[in-house]
Amino acid sequence: MADSSNAFATTGRSRRGEPFVWLTAAGLTIGVILTLGLLGLVVVKGLEVFWPDRLEVFEVDQDGATESVAGYLVQDRTRRDLDGATHEEIQVFRGNLELYGEKFLFLDKADIRDTSRPDDLLLVERMEGGHVIGTAARIEFGDGARVGAEDPEFGDRLEALIEENEERRKELKEIEKDQIGRNAKQVKELTLRRRLIEDGVESGSIEAIDAELQELQAEFARLDEERGEIRERLEADRFLVASADGRELGIAGGELLHVFEPNRAGFFARLGETLRRMWSFLSDDPREANTEGGVYPAIFGTVVMTLVMSIFVTPFGVIAAIYLREYAKQGPLVRAVRISVNNLAGVPSIVFGVFGLAFFIYFVGGVVDGWFFPNAEEPVYKSGGILWASLTLALLTVPVVIVATEEALAAVPRGVREAALACGASKWQAIQRVVLPASLPGILTGVILAMARGAGEVAPLMLVGVVKSAPDLPIDAAAPFIHPERQFMHLGFHIYDLGFQSPDSEAAKPMVFATTLLLIFIVVVMNLSAIIIRNRLRKKYATSSF
Amino acid sequence: MHDMVQTREQAEAAVATHAIRVDGVDFCYGSSRALKEISMDVPKGEIVALIGPSGCGKSTLLRCFNRMNDLVPGARVTKGTIHIDGVEIHRPEVDPVELRRRVGMVFQKSNPFPRTIYENVAYGPRISGTSDKQELDAIVENALRGAALWDEVKDRLNESAFGLSGGQQQRLCIARTIAVKPEIVLMDEPCSALDPVATAKVEELILELRNDYTIVIVTHNMQQATRVSDRTAFFYLGELIEYGGTSQIFTNPGRQETEDYVTGRFG
Ligand SMILES: Nc1ncnc2c1ncn2[C@@H]1O[C@H](COP(=O)(O)OP(=O)(O)OP(=O)(O)O)[C@@H](O)[C@H]1O
Ligand SMILES: [Mg+2]
Repeated sequence: MADSSNAFATTGRSRRGEPFVWLTAAGLTIGVILTLGLLGLVVVKGLEVFWPDRLEVFEVDQDGATESVAGYLVQDRTRRDLDGATHEEIQVFRGNLELYGEKFLFLDKADIRDTSRPDDLLLVERMEGGHVIGTAARIEFGDGARVGAEDPEFGDRLEALIEENEERRKELKEIEKDQIGRNAKQVKELTLRRRLIEDGVESGSIEAIDAELQELQAEFARLDEERGEIRERLEADRFLVASADGRELGIAGGELLHVFEPNRAGFFARLGETLRRMWSFLSDDPREANTEGGVYPAIFGTVVMTLVMSIFVTPFGVIAAIYLREYAKQGPLVRAVRISVNNLAGVPSIVFGVFGLAFFIYFVGGVVDGWFFPNAEEPVYKSGGILWASLTLALLTVPVVIVATEEALAAVPRGVREAALACGASKWQAIQRVVLPASLPGILTGVILAMARGAGEVAPLMLVGVVKSAPDLPIDAAAPFIHPERQFMHLGFHIYDLGFQSPDSEAAKPMVFATTLLLIFIVVVMNLSAIIIRNRLRKKYATSSF
Repeated sequence: MHDMVQTREQAEAAVATHAIRVDGVDFCYGSSRALKEISMDVPKGEIVALIGPSGCGKSTLLRCFNRMNDLVPGARVTKGTIHIDGVEIHRPEVDPVELRRRVGMVFQKSNPFPRTIYENVAYGPRISGTSDKQELDAIVENALRGAALWDEVKDRLNESAFGLSGGQQQRLCIARTIAVKPEIVLMDEPCSALDPVATAKVEELILELRNDYTIVIVTHNMQQATRVSDRTAFFYLGELIEYGGTSQIFTNPGRQETEDYVTGRFG
């Protein structure tokens, strides 16, 4: 190209504007790096939670004497104290709350004499009090029998003990939740009927009711006794663990959940343990003020709420958009409405929460309660619940759907509309059978965005039905199976609650990451399924190539 | 609707031979006048071609016949009348939906619905109340045969209409139009996006349709006009310059502008 006779030699004009290419590329890069960084952090930290750490025994110098501390390493840090001296220290989780009063401990590295990894260290999960770390000592059965750790049958007996007690806990739950719950409900209903008959509002025989009540009381007494028996049996056997400092810690059989030997486990055993922990995280109820156990009710609440919200928001938003775009006379008024709708998307979400509380719960809920539950002792619908939360979020996300639908409707080629009309379709027939199907992918995009927004929202939910702990799911086996008035748990709120409201934020930290990862995962899965549906439709209703 | 039927019966005797009668029509888009003093008759069962340079108002006139211009804000007939089958179609009691059921239209750009081939053709009958599956099947087959498309698509009726080629799509649109069984079919440059083979097919089809329908077709293709039409109308700048038998317009035009245009010496 050095040839000066070349008519196409570059004059430099083709490079004009190139700095802007770099600028835009840099902008994108920064965005991508930030997103990936955040995601990476959440993924790594969230998955790390489940990987079983090796347990270590540290020999620590403490005022001349050596003390053994068993546990796993949580973090390594440098602390600067008041006179400016720096200390290299590590944080260790050593559990055994009853013995030490605290689960975590900082050790100055300078004080650590020796570190070892004895094979027989156990990590014991239990219902209350957090993990226990130590070596197995023995099992003391309620009938006086003892099996020491050196007994060859010890492992099997321990496993059997755990399994037995799991059965018992299930039985107990059955009795407490289902049978006693049903009993109490019947008693409540009968008492109410009795009062109404006494007041002369309803007719009926008080004697018959009293007889029934007596029967129920007898049943309750029987159930209560059964419950007491199971509880006793749960307390009867004890598993004793020797802590690193030589003291013993007893765990009641009923408390025992899982025993694992991390130092003996090979890669696959650790992987198996990781999967087990993940599964229990997904499928268990939370324990210990949410810092232990799983998040199943929160997953359930999040998914159900998001789906119910989409079910409300889609028709509402689509109908509004159809009117705005197709029927309303385009003028200043419609333009004002459109601007208002767009601005609605910018209103702080907590405001929607306040509105939901005032309108849905106090007003609508109050009216519903007045009509259908005039005799209820406590509010049924006039308190936060999954229905009101879904409606509030539907309101919050409706602008997204309206805007997307309007755009999708506007993007339907004029020719297609005209063709429908030319076939003798009325305006509504054209919209219903041609325009709407053609804009369905665009509408679904709006719904996807609305779902993503709704699933991640927390602030308004705190006012309209999300709670820290809701033992009963909004859908369960108890008639009438769907309980739209019930309070529920939500992953977003769970994160906030664990991270900022829990008494032991250090212990909750891993759960925060795991829950965040899970919430992101759920949002991604819901979005992906919506996207797959949309792409199917798009293929079916692909727009003309002309 | 009801009114229209009655009025039609009353007027039928008077104008039985004219499918469309245009009488001194002026048409305006807002303040700009697109048609000036147009008067012409379209006899029943004939094919009339509208020709003229771009922007002269052919589409505008065509879209007056099924009141498609109602959709354009500010567009209206400002003077004159259009009768179809003896009924003045711009009177308020005429329901445009009913009118369009009887006056079908094929557009310049093929515009199939984003649905299956079957659903495209069944659309018209369905919205006018036919829901019997067998009846619909028969209508769809007849319409597709009528549009010379049946053999090509009979095995893929339930596939998306967008999988068809451009020419097939246009014939599908014709099938969709004739499935409604209109009396008049308006065609706005139906072959402008088609290759010669597809064009020939569509033309063949138009000639076949002639037995059952009155057809008004806009075309830029002189040969096409001579091949398919009985009469030809030449428009220029919103005015109807000349209207007469096709052979006369092309071989012995009465006006200089017409001769210039049909011989390609225009401008
Ligand atoms: N929707 C509209 N709004 C305003 N003016 C329009 C509109 N449609 C057409 N016109 C004008 O009316 C005149 C006639 O247009 P028309 O579409 O009828 O022309 P045509 O003869 O069909 O041209 P072509 O052969 O290019 O299709 C043109 O000057 C055009 O600019
Ligand atoms: Mg045109």
